[in-house]
Amino acid sequence: MTLDLVLFWIPGLVAIGATGAVITRKNASRALIYLVVSLLAVAVIFFMLGAPFAAALEVVVYAGAIVVLFLFVVMMLNLGRSSVMRESRWLQPGMWIGPFILVAILAVVFAYAFANIDGVDTKGEMVGPRAVGEALFGEGAYLLAVELAGFLLLAALVGAYHLGRRYLEERREQP
Amino acid sequence: MAIEVPVFHVLMLAGVLFLLGLAGVLVRRNIMFLLMSLEIMMNAAGLAFIAAGAVWGQPDGQIMFMFILALAAAEVAVALGIVLQISRRFDTLDIDAASDFNG
Amino acid sequence: MDWFWLVPALPLAGFLVLFVTEGKLPDKVVAFVGAGSVGLAALVALGVGWQFVASGQSSFSLPLWTWIAVGDFTPSITLYLDSLSLVMTGVITGVGFLIHLYATGYMWQDHEEPKGYSRFFAYMNLFVFAMLMLVLGDNLLTLFLGWEGVGLCSYLLIGFYHRDPANGYAARKAFVVTRVGDTLMALGLFLLFWEFKTLEMQAILAEAGSLTPGMATAVGLLLLGGAVGKSAQVPLQTWLPDAMAGPTPVSALIHAATMVTAGVYLIARMQDVYLLSADAQHVVAVVGLVTLLISSFTALTQTDIKRILAYSTMSQIGYMFMALGVGAWSAAIFHLMTHAFFKALLFLASGSVILALHHEQDIFKMGGLWKKLPIPFWSMAIGSAALVALPFTSGFASKDAILLTAYDNGGWLYWGGGALAAGMTALYTTRMMIVTFFGRSKTEPHDDSKANMWLPLVVLGILSIGGGWFGIAVLDDLLGPIKSFSHFTPLALVTIAVPLLGVLVGWLVFSGRVNVSAVVESGLGNGLRRYWHGGWGFDWVYDRVFVKPFVAMARINKNDVVDLVFRITAALARGLHYIGALTQTGRLRWYAANLGLGLVLVLLIVLEVL
Repeated sequence: MTLDLVLFWIPGLVAIGATGAVITRKNASRALIYLVVSLLAVAVIFFMLGAPFAAALEVVVYAGAIVVLFLFVVMMLNLGRSSVMRESRWLQPGMWIGPFILVAILAVVFAYAFANIDGVDTKGEMVGPRAVGEALFGEGAYLLAVELAGFLLLAALVGAYHLGRRYLEERREQP
Repeated sequence: MAIEVPVFHVLMLAGVLFLLGLAGVLVRRNIMFLLMSLEIMMNAAGLAFIAAGAVWGQPDGQIMFMFILALAAAEVAVALGIVLQISRRFDTLDIDAASDFNG
Repeated sequence: MDWFWLVPALPLAGFLVLFVTEGKLPDKVVAFVGAGSVGLAALVALGVGWQFVASGQSSFSLPLWTWIAVGDFTPSITLYLDSLSLVMTGVITGVGFLIHLYATGYMWQDHEEPKGYSRFFAYMNLFVFAMLMLVLGDNLLTLFLGWEGVGLCSYLLIGFYHRDPANGYAARKAFVVTRVGDTLMALGLFLLFWEFKTLEMQAILAEAGSLTPGMATAVGLLLLGGAVGKSAQVPLQTWLPDAMAGPTPVSALIHAATMVTAGVYLIARMQDVYLLSADAQHVVAVVGLVTLLISSFTALTQTDIKRILAYSTMSQIGYMFMALGVGAWSAAIFHLMTHAFFKALLFLASGSVILALHHEQDIFKMGGLWKKLPIPFWSMAIGSAALVALPFTSGFASKDAILLTAYDNGGWLYWGGGALAAGMTALYTTRMMIVTFFGRSKTEPHDDSKANMWLPLVVLGILSIGGGWFGIAVLDDLLGPIKSFSHFTPLALVTIAVPLLGVLVGWLVFSGRVNVSAVVESGLGNGLRRYWHGGWGFDWVYDRVFVKPFVAMARINKNDVVDLVFRITAALARGLHYIGALTQTGRLRWYAANLGLGLVLVLLIVLEVL
C-alpha cells in the first residue's frame, strides 16, 4: 500500500513538475518537450492503475500525434528568438496573482470535494484492451457515442482542412 | 499487477494537473501555450476517468478517456487551423489581439 | 339557358387576359378584348333573356359551385335570373358594352398613363364582372362580393389618373364614404343571418313574414344605409361629385348607369322586407325626396359639366328611392333603366365635348358648339330631353310613372317635391345646354371622333327616346304594372307641364331674354348660390365633424399609445442587451476566468456547501 503510493507519486510528481514547466516556459518547442514528459508520466500512471490500453493511447495519440501537430505548427509559424523575447514581455510576474488566487480557491474546493470519497481504493486489476473493445463495441451501449465521435472527427478533419488550406494557398502566392 | 492506492491521491493529482492547466490558460497570452494548457486540462480529466475506472475494475473509464482523446484530437486540429489564420490576419499570436470578435 | 354563366364569365376572362398580360398587348388587341368581352356577354345576355321570356318561367337559377362549407352554412355561387336581374343584366351588359365601345375611342389618345389603356379596360371588365355578380347572385353573400367588387373598381377608376393627388383624394373619399354605408349593410346582413341562419335571398324573402316589425325596420334601415352609400343619397352623397375625377366613360358606366343604382336594386330585391316595415319604407322615400331636392338645386349652380351631371344623377336616383319608398318598385326599376340610357348618353356626349375641347370641363368656357360638334350636340339634346322628361321620351314615361304613383301612394308632399325637382331639372338642364352649345364661341373645338365613338351615342340616343315604349310594353309584363297616361287627369297635365315650364324659364333666363342678374347678384341670391354650389354644406360639416377631429386625434395619437407596450418591451430588451454586451469583451482569458469562477460556484452548490 505504501509502496504503491510511492510508486504512484513518482510519475505523479514528474507530471506535476513537467506541467508546471509547460505553463512557465517561454520557448514553445521546449514547452512541448515538457508536455511530452508530462503526458508520458501520466501514461505511466495509467499503466499502473491497470489501464494499459489507455496508457498506450496516451503515448501514441497524445504524445505522438497531437504534440507532433503542435510542433508542426510551431515550426510553420517560425517561432524563433524574437517570439521568446515577446513571450517574456507578455509574461510579467504580476500577471500570476489573479489566476493564482482563483486556482487556489478551486484547489481548496477540489480538496474538500475529493475528501468526501476518502477510503476508496483502486482495485488493482488490469483491464486489458480486449475488455475495453468488448465494452465499447460489444453490447451497443456506446455505439451512439462512437458514431458521434466519428462525426466529430470528420467535422474536425473538414474544418482543419478548410482553415489550413487557405493559409497554405496564401503562403504559396507570396513570392 | 496494478497498484492499489486511495483514489483520493489520484484525484488530487488530476486536480493539480487540471489547475495547472487552468492557470496556464489564464496567464499565457500566446495561443500556442493556451492550447497546450487546454490539452493538460483535458488530460487531467482523462486521468480522473481512468482513476474512477480503476476503482471498479471496469473498462468504462478507459472508454471515456478515449472519447476525451477523440475530442482533444478534433479540438487541436481545428484550433491549430485557427491559429494559422490568426497569425496570418493579425500577424501575432496574442489571443487578446483577437478581441475584435467581441459581442 | 345553361350557358348563362358565360355572362359574368366573359368580362372576368377579359379582365384576366388584360391583367396577366400587364399591358404588354398592343392597344388594338386591348380594345378588342376589353370591349369584345362585354359585347359578347351582352349578346349572350340577350339570347338568355329571349329564352327566359319565351319560356314564361318566373325565375331560373344556375348553381355553379359551393363557395365555402362551414357547418350548416354553405353559401353557393348560384346565378339567379328573374325579371329584375334580367333587366339589370341587360342594362349592365348592353349599356356597358356601348360605353366600352365609346371608351376604346375616348381613351385612345390618352397617353398620360403608361399602359393606361390596358389598365383601364382591365378595371372596366372587372367592374362589369363584379356588377353582374351583384345582380345575379342568389345569395346576399355573393351580392356583397359584387357590392365590394364594384366599390373597389370604382376606387381604382376614380383614381385612374393617379399622378394628380387630388384624384387620389377623390378616390379615397369615395371609398371611405361608401364604406360607411357598407358597414351598415354588413350589419344588416348579420342581422338577417342571425334571424334566418341563411343568406339565400329567396329563402329569406319566403320567410320574411316571420320577422317582427322592429327587426324588419332594423334590417330595412341597415340595408338602406348600404344602399344610400352606394347610390350617393343624402347623407352619404358627398363622394359622387368628386368621383368625376375619373375618365368620363367611367362616370358614365359606374357613376351614372350601373353601380350607383345598385342601392336601388338592393332595395327592390329586398322589397318583401320593406313591405313589413312602413317606417323603413317611409325613410327610403324621405331620403329619396331630400336627395332629389338638394341635388337638383345644387346642379343649378355648378359650372363643371360633369359635376352638373353628377348632381343630376343623384337627383334621378333620388326619384328611384322615392319610388321604392312609395312602393312603385317596377317604376323605380323602369326609371333605373331609362336613366341608364339617357345619363350614359349625356355623359358620353359630354365626354366628346370635353375631348374636343382638350379636357375643358367648365361650361362657361364652352359656348357656341352646336354647329361645330353636331353629334355630341344632338346626343346631348336628346339626353337632356329625356332627363327633363319632355313628352315622348323615355324619361317622360318613367319619371311620370314615379310621380303618379307617388301621388297615389304617398300623397301631395311626394308628388309636389318630385314635381318641383322636375322643374328644377328642366331649369338646370336648359342652363347647361344653352351655356354649353349656344351663345358666343369661346374655345375652338377639334372633332376627330370616329365611328366607335359616335355609334354608341346614336344607339343610346335611340334608346333614350324609344326606351320608354319598350318599358311600357315589356317591363309592364315583366316587373308588374307601371302607371302610364292611360287616363288624363288634371294632375297628369300638371306633371307634364312642369318640365315644359322649367325649360321655358330656363330658356328665357339663360339666353338673356329676361334679365335676372338683380336677383342673382343680391345678397340673398349670392349667398344662396354659394351655399348650393358647395353642395348644401355637407362637405363642410363632415370636414368639421369627422375629418378634422379624426385628423386631430390621429395627430395626438401619433406615437400610438397601444404600441407603447411593445416599444417598452423592445427598449427593455435592448437595455439588457447592452448590459449583456458589456461582458462580451472578446478577451478569451477573461471568459476562462469567469468559467473558473462559475466552476467554483457550481461545485460549491453540488457539494451542498452553499
